[in-house]
Amino acid sequence: MGRKPIEQPAPIDYLSILDEHGNLDTALEPSITGDTHLKMFRAMLLGRRFDERMLDLQRQGRIGTFPPIKGQEAAQIGSVALLRDSDWFAPSFRETAAEIMRGRSLESILLYFNGFNEGTVIPVSQKDLPLAVPVASQILHAVGLGLAAKYRRTDQVVMTFFGDGATSQGDFHEGLNCAAVYQTPVIFVCQNNQWAISVPLAKQTHSKTLAQKALAYGMPGIQVDGNDILAVYAATAEAITRARSGGGPTLIECVTYRIMMHTTSDDPKKYRSEEEVELWRRREPLIRYRNYLLKKEILSEESIIKLEAEVKEQIQAAVDRAEALMKNLGARLEMFDHLFAELPPHLQRQKEALAKELAEGNKEAQHG
Amino acid sequence: MAKMTMVEALNLALRQEMQKDDSVILLGQDIGPDGGVFRVTDGLFAEFGGERVVDTPLAESSIIGMSIGMAMYGLRPVCEIQFSGFAYQGFHQLENHAARMRWRSQGRLTVPMVMRAPYGGGVRALEHHSESREAYWAHTPGLKVVIPSGPRNARALLVSAIRDPDPVIFYEAKALYRAFREEVPEAEETLPIGRANIVRPGKALTMISYGAMLRPTLEAAEELHKDGVEAEVIDLLTLSPLDSDLLVASVTKTGRAVIVHEAPQSFGAGAEIATRLMEGAFYFLEAPIERVTGFDLIIPYFSREKSYLPGVQRILAAARRTLVG
Repeated sequence: MGRKPIEQPAPIDYLSILDEHGNLDTALEPSITGDTHLKMFRAMLLGRRFDERMLDLQRQGRIGTFPPIKGQEAAQIGSVALLRDSDWFAPSFRETAAEIMRGRSLESILLYFNGFNEGTVIPVSQKDLPLAVPVASQILHAVGLGLAAKYRRTDQVVMTFFGDGATSQGDFHEGLNCAAVYQTPVIFVCQNNQWAISVPLAKQTHSKTLAQKALAYGMPGIQVDGNDILAVYAATAEAITRARSGGGPTLIECVTYRIMMHTTSDDPKKYRSEEEVELWRRREPLIRYRNYLLKKEILSEESIIKLEAEVKEQIQAAVDRAEALMKNLGARLEMFDHLFAELPPHLQRQKEALAKELAEGNKEAQHG
Repeated sequence: MAKMTMVEALNLALRQEMQKDDSVILLGQDIGPDGGVFRVTDGLFAEFGGERVVDTPLAESSIIGMSIGMAMYGLRPVCEIQFSGFAYQGFHQLENHAARMRWRSQGRLTVPMVMRAPYGGGVRALEHHSESREAYWAHTPGLKVVIPSGPRNARALLVSAIRDPDPVIFYEAKALYRAFREEVPEAEETLPIGRANIVRPGKALTMISYGAMLRPTLEAAEELHKDGVEAEVIDLLTLSPLDSDLLVASVTKTGRAVIVHEAPQSFGAGAEIATRLMEGAFYFLEAPIERVTGFDLIIPYFSREKSYLPGVQRILAAARRTLVG
């Protein structure tokens, strides 16, 4: 009888290894090969430059609306870099850097954001899901994939990405709950970029952290400096090791910031201050990582110039290829493909009706 | 052949498919040791274990969302939603993902899952336990909707649904679960999805129904027979994709049609069927097409549900109206 505190399973840590001023906690510094560092830096740089190029293309009317990722590169690359090709990745929609690192082509991203279905086709070699627009819905797919991987006795893990806004959705809570109940090998990576369009984190949750929500479901949670790739990497490594060895799921909250607009259709000046954005620009992840790698002599000023040129060329080549490709894509009748394994008769008739319209020169049906 | 209830026949389909294919996994609430609240999965937990007969937390979005993930992995999940009235918590998963993953990925990722759910009234159930909302699913491109009308076709259709490469919504009329028994062969039997069935041939009018409403429709046809009127009765079996060709062929012959379902009338299956008949058999119609359906109401609590659900008298009256014209 009486009233006493119930002991909770674990505290919530905050992890920061390389801070915004370049200070390094050497005791916590993860052991990463030079090759991996170069791969990650290149992926971050490519993610950044491609994002900038996409914004230009959007403003020039050469692609449609898209959600920029700027500022979130470390939170994305530091986590997916640890996945194997045989693992699964279930992204949300502001994760192009991570998707590229997993193998999605730049062309496919350009196609998608320019309105071509071909842009959500995942190469057969890649065990990933296409991006998910309905917020948090992909989290349950990750749990299902994890349950299947466990049933098939593999050592595969599943990583899923979502934002801070997603943690208000039922599917987030259901997903964490199920993953913990079944001890599925899922790593939940929250890209807490502080803003869900115009709604700040404080209006999204009254919790002190998002990471602590893991405790309610009986799984470990950790909050990391999401702009510190070393911290993201270290936390992810721990979570993946646990998941692969049957230790179940983990929630990682990467505290980062959406430096740009929600999508190119949004104007953040309506709801947040320039000062706040400026503060986060100073904490941005790419320069922090670059300086660290310079200090470690994994990068040099010359190698950075070379990398920048390489990445620029890669992007230009992709834009050229995508634009050439788009000229030959868009055969109208293809929209009927792949709804079902076999097109049922009523859809066959609808397809024939469109074919007839096109043959008869219906101009409305031929454009846009 | 054993005489089985629909519950037993569904159980047979699940058991045999699970024995044959280890990618068939069941998920749902209380489907494990309890065997499901209607006992459709009775004994399967004991035979296949908790890894293949997975009791889930009480969360429909989880059940459907996890099934989608498992299906994309390469398994064949068959999930049970305890009552179709609770499937809406997973509606977005079916609409946004199950229905369109093949299309979005151009065939790279597929969702060969089945969502089983009891539907419909007539069993004096609690609130939210008697709805007939199959039109929601039939309206969604990318989903197939199958509704058996008895033990034998329920078994054969469930086998087909499990083997289907695309997501199938499998609605089971709970009024039929234990209403009658039929001979169900132990040997494998399937029925093609997308095909309706002429259960009673006739030339005077066409009566179209599915699920639990097939029985009163057949009884009405029997009454008409006593008057010397031979009605052709069609059991849809699959609501989507609809077997229009069979319906049109029948009405081309009879010139008259009565459509019977317990779902609300407006924007329901009857509206679509009537339109298909208008498009395909307009010049053969001798009378306006009749719909005998639930009212456009929430299905009332069970003290009044018999007035809501179509019965033999209401079906007969509609049939006779079409015969006058």
